[in-house]
This record gives sequence, structure tokens and C-alpha cells, in this order.
Amino acid sequence: MKRDIILAGVGGQGILSIATVIGKTALKEGLYMKQAEVHGMSQRGGDVQSNLRISDRPISSDLISLGKCDLIISLEPMESLRYLPYLSPEGWLVTNETPFINIPNYPNEDDVRAELEKLPHKVILNVDNVAKEIGSSRVSNIVLLGATIPFLGIDYDKVQISIREIFASKGETIVEMNLKALAAGKQIAENLIK
Amino acid sequence: MSKQLLLGDEAIAQAALDAGLSGVYAYPGTPSTEITEYIQTAPLTVERNIHSRWCTNEKTAMEGALGMSFVGKRALVCMKHVGMNVAADCFINSAVTGVKGGLIVVAADDPSMHSSQNEQDSRFYGDFALIPMYEPSNQQEAYDMVYSGFEFAEQIGEPVLMRMVTRLAHSRSGVERKIQKLQNELSFSDDPRQFILLPGIARKRYKALLEKQDAFVKASEESLYNKYIDGQNKKLGIVACGIAFNYLMENYPDGCEYPVLKIGQYPLPQKQLLKLVDECDQILVLEDGQPFVERLIKGYLGIGIQVKGRLDGTLSRDGELNPDKVGMAVGKDLKPTFQIPSLVAMRPPALCDGCGHRDMYTALTEVLREEYPGHKVFSDIGCYTLGAGAPFNAIDSCVDMGASITMAKGAADGGLYPAVAVIGDSTFTHSGMTGLLDCVNGNVNVTVVISDNETTAMTGGQDSAGTGRIEAICSGIGVLPKHIRVVVPLKKNYEEMKQIIREEIEYNGVSVIIPRRECIQTLARKKRKK
Repeated sequence: MKRDIILAGVGGQGILSIATVIGKTALKEGLYMKQAEVHGMSQRGGDVQSNLRISDRPISSDLISLGKCDLIISLEPMESLRYLPYLSPEGWLVTNETPFINIPNYPNEDDVRAELEKLPHKVILNVDNVAKEIGSSRVSNIVLLGATIPFLGIDYDKVQISIREIFASKGETIVEMNLKALAAGKQIAENLIK
Repeated sequence: MSKQLLLGDEAIAQAALDAGLSGVYAYPGTPSTEITEYIQTAPLTVERNIHSRWCTNEKTAMEGALGMSFVGKRALVCMKHVGMNVAADCFINSAVTGVKGGLIVVAADDPSMHSSQNEQDSRFYGDFALIPMYEPSNQQEAYDMVYSGFEFAEQIGEPVLMRMVTRLAHSRSGVERKIQKLQNELSFSDDPRQFILLPGIARKRYKALLEKQDAFVKASEESLYNKYIDGQNKKLGIVACGIAFNYLMENYPDGCEYPVLKIGQYPLPQKQLLKLVDECDQILVLEDGQPFVERLIKGYLGIGIQVKGRLDGTLSRDGELNPDKVGMAVGKDLKPTFQIPSLVAMRPPALCDGCGHRDMYTALTEVLREEYPGHKVFSDIGCYTLGAGAPFNAIDSCVDMGASITMAKGAADGGLYPAVAVIGDSTFTHSGMTGLLDCVNGNVNVTVVISDNETTAMTGGQDSAGTGRIEAICSGIGVLPKHIRVVVPLKKNYEEMKQIIREEIEYNGVSVIIPRRECIQTLARKKRKK
């Protein structure tokens, strides 16, 4: 088993919260793991990414090679495209469709969509709307995580357990809301790839 | 013990704690900040009363750590690579004094300049100081090196330099811990004059340091971190330093066909290097940062064995390595299937919405552009350096910690008016105060803006050494109190701010304007905690 994952977004969107859940689950499964993060200047509203590597064999590099990434997970549509050279021909791209516009030259949104549509394996969803329906925009990252379940190589129930543990200190209501978010994301992805 | 998921930086911190650390001395700087932060929040730090308070700059940090070593305790100094320039005076001399308690200096390099103004390679500093160095390839090695490094430093009586790079500092992996050791008891050098570097004593100590060099090479030859891994294909021999070893192995998941010398401890192991040169037709050097090893092996004239690397163009001269660059260097043909669509735009970092620096720059640039077209703004290192970008385009320089004030002074000395400096509160106490004293002593016509957000913001909101005392420091240095002006940088205060800026530019002498409003990131964090 090997999953090379690139998490993408804009500084402040919280891509590392998704990485934390996947990483925690992988570690409990006894898998090897390496996760390269971005700290410092780039966090201030710039493009950010994290390379998350999981495998049942020891992992050498902290960085993923070109064309070897199994899964791009992005909280922002244009940012998901920035890492395409890393995506393997069989790899999946799962992205939020809501643009984060903090630059004057952000491209036309339809053009961004058209570029995404060209890809053979993608799941595009509006995690913000789904999160709001569930009850809080704060669970949008977990909706996105849910949409990656079909491609993660880690059992759904194991991810559920991690979510329970991570949010346990915040009370049962928050735990349930996050589990609902995870399920909603998973459902959307499963419908889209049918 | 079970494995813990740790950043490279955290592995260093945990190892130091487990090795009986008595104090960490540091100034925040990406990618080194997390080492000290980890120690600050560790339960053991409270339990053992381990020193972990931030220092004013890297020089005070290095000196504090040497003082702790003087009394026989184990000390860690952490800084980013450019911090080594600030600490260099003490660092180089600490090799001449030697140490009593184990002393490890961590220099975190930033190849590709993710968060820095240059990509200097700290291994040159270790070489310059003539002391041993470690360069880990992974988080576990980082842990092991620091854990045993204190003992090594005590054994050889010298500080040890630990060279990190951003990728390892900020990457997480499982780390296995070792048994927690006790701290050292108070003890002093047998030689009461060891630390008195009067020329007569320094000459003796320097000779002693030179005499240790062969032993350092021998230690490298016997080090677990330097490994000769044989391969059948002798057309090429590869020297892979630190994290570069991982990138190489990523390209050879089932083992490399060429002989590989993995380097994790310096000075270079002569025996193994000679074997590699002896057995192989050519040498390829893989190292993150500058061609430190490559230059040593190749020599200035390059007349020995052919050495490939960054100097001959096999690898790019600048930028960090990655598995793809290393793959190309060993002849792998890597082709991506997908390309980045041309519409993908750059998204540079920017000042946060609601940040006080934004209001400071808005008021400042409005006055300067409309009323003083001949102005120049000398800025400094921190979040406010982002004033270089749109919509402000407000600054004309950013060079090193504190250079805003002194460059403004030099420019004013040369006839520029108005010469404006923009510096943050933490950078001001780090290296700006001495420059302000120069200005006062020369009664130079400069306007210094100390944009005070009451924290060290760029590195994540660490305590700032002068919080609450900036006016007192300025007046103590000799700035006239009526020309130390404090404003709250908010939109509703723009007219007041602009008037103050005008008045102080018009004043012929040293004036300080302090726009003060807490960093919105630290403010939000405090609110969340409540």
C-alpha cells in the first residue's frame, strides 16, 4: 500500500487539519508516514501545500516525485491545478470549487472549471455549501476529507474513529457534526464517480 | 519506546530534553522556531526549570549558551542560517575557548529561500570554526545526533554544529525516543583560564584546536552517520549529504546501482572518500545548499577525478534539491503527464486583512507620495516587508535585521531627504537599537517608524523582547521625548497619523513614530483560548 498525497490551498485555509486526520489514522494502522509542511512567510495568504506520504514500506523522500502523486486534495480550485505535474496518470484530484480570490489577477472562474473538467479523474464539489447545510462552515475541511475516502486506501471506519478522537475534547455535538460532514463528502464523491 | 510523530525541529527539541538539557537559547527564525517552541511547552521544562525564554538576538543566544556550558551544563542554541551571521563572533570564538558542558548549535538553512533573503550554507561556518558538524537525513537521525551530540561535544571539548534544512525541519515522521538522562551538575573547567581569550592564551587554545582536527576526521570515519554502501556499477560514485540521500534512494527503491557514500557527519571521512574515488570513474556530489563538499573534493583547479554536481551544471547552482532534480542527475528521465495550465496565477503572501502594518503603510505612503516625492523608505525583516507588494509598493530596501535604520542613516548622511526607516518592534530590539544610537549621536535627519504589533509575528507570534518599553528604550538611547510619537494604526486615525508623519519628517533630527496595535493573529489566538 502506498499513497502519495498533495494537500493544497491558500495560507490560513487549514490544509493541515486534513493532513492531521489522515496522518493520525495512518499511524494507528502501523503505516510509515512522512509529511512535509509549509511554515513561515508563505503562510500569509500565499499558496501553500503539504506533501503527505503513507506507505507500508519505509519512505525515503519527504517530497513526492513528478508524476507520482496518487491524490491531490485542494481547498481551492486554482490551487489544485498548481500541482498537476505531480499527479500520476491514474491519480485523482479532489477539490473544493469555491475560489479564494485575494489577488487582482485571479483567472476567470469558468476557465478554471474548464481546466479541471479536462482531467480524467476528478471530484469537484462545493464543500462550503455542504458544510453550511450540515450546520457550520467550520466543518468544510472535513467535507473535503470525506470526498477523498474512495481514494485514500484507508478504511472509512478507521477515519471515523480518528475524527472521534481528535474532536472528543470539543463535545459530542461537534464530533457528530464532523462525522456528518465526513459522510456527506464521501456520499458526494461516490455519486460523482459512479 | 513507541514512535512519536515529530517535525525534524521537534525531534531535535525532544532529543535535547532527553539528553539532559539545561537551557535552550534562541531568537525565532524560520525554519528553526519550532525547536524552542517545543521545549517551551514541554512538561519537563517546568519540572526541571530548563531555560527556554526567547533571546533578544542570535548573538545574545549564543553567548548565553556558552555561559551555560561554562558552568558545565548542556545547552542548545537554535537559529536560522542568517542568524549565524549575527552569532558568528561568539560562535567562531567558542571553538577557540572550547566548551565544558555539551553545546550544540543548530543552524537551520533555507535552500530555495522559502522564508529568507539568501541561501547561505551553514556548513561553511562549521568548517571556518574548525568544529565537527552533523547533517541529518531524517527525523530519527536528527534525534539521535542531538541525543548523543552533547556527550560528543563534552568528550572533544568543542561545540558541535547541527545543520538542518527547511524540508527536514518542517517535515513530520515517526521518531523513537531513548532513555531520559539526568541534567549535568554545576562544574567548571580544570583550566581556570580556558575562556579568557587574551592573545597569549588564545594562541595556545587555537593550536590545541588545530591539533584536534585529525581526531575529528577519525570520528567522522567511525561515525554511524557516514555510511559506505557498495554498488556494482563503478562508473559513478555518489556522495550524498544529509537529506540528499533520501532523494537519491527515492529514485532507487530497491537499492542504488552505484556505490554511495552517505554523509551525516563532518569533517568529511577521508578513508571512505578515498575508497570511493579509488573504485569509481567519476564522482557525483548531491548536497542541499551550496557546493561545499563538491568544492572540497574537486579542488579549485579541478584536475583530479571528474566531479559532477552543482558546479559543472549537472545540478542547478541554486535552489533546494528534490527527488526529480536528483533523478535527472543520475540519468532518470522523468516526464509529468499533466502540465500546470497557463491560467494559474502567482499567489504571493500578503499582509493579513485588518493588520496594523496595512494602516501604517496606507498613511505613510499617502503622505510620502503626495508631499515628498524625493523620499525613500528603508525597511527591514518581518511581516511588514510585505509592504513591498501591491497595493503599497511602499519600500525601497530589505537587507538584514536592523538595516532599515542604519541604511536610512547612511542615505541621510549622503544627502537624501526624507530618509524613512520602517522596522518592527522585535527587529528593533534584535538589531535596530544600536543603529538608532548611531543616528542620535550624529543627530541625523531620519524618521524611524517602529511598527509595533507587540510580537514577533512573521515566525508565528513569539514574545517580543521590548514589548511595553519601546518608548523608554528610544528615549534612553537619546531620542527627544517630544519626537517619540505613538499612534494607533486604524482607518479612523488616518488624518492624525498623516499629520504626525508630516511633523516628524519636517523636524530636522531623529524622530521615532510608533504605530502600535496588536497583531491580529495573536489577538485572535488569545480570544480563542478564552
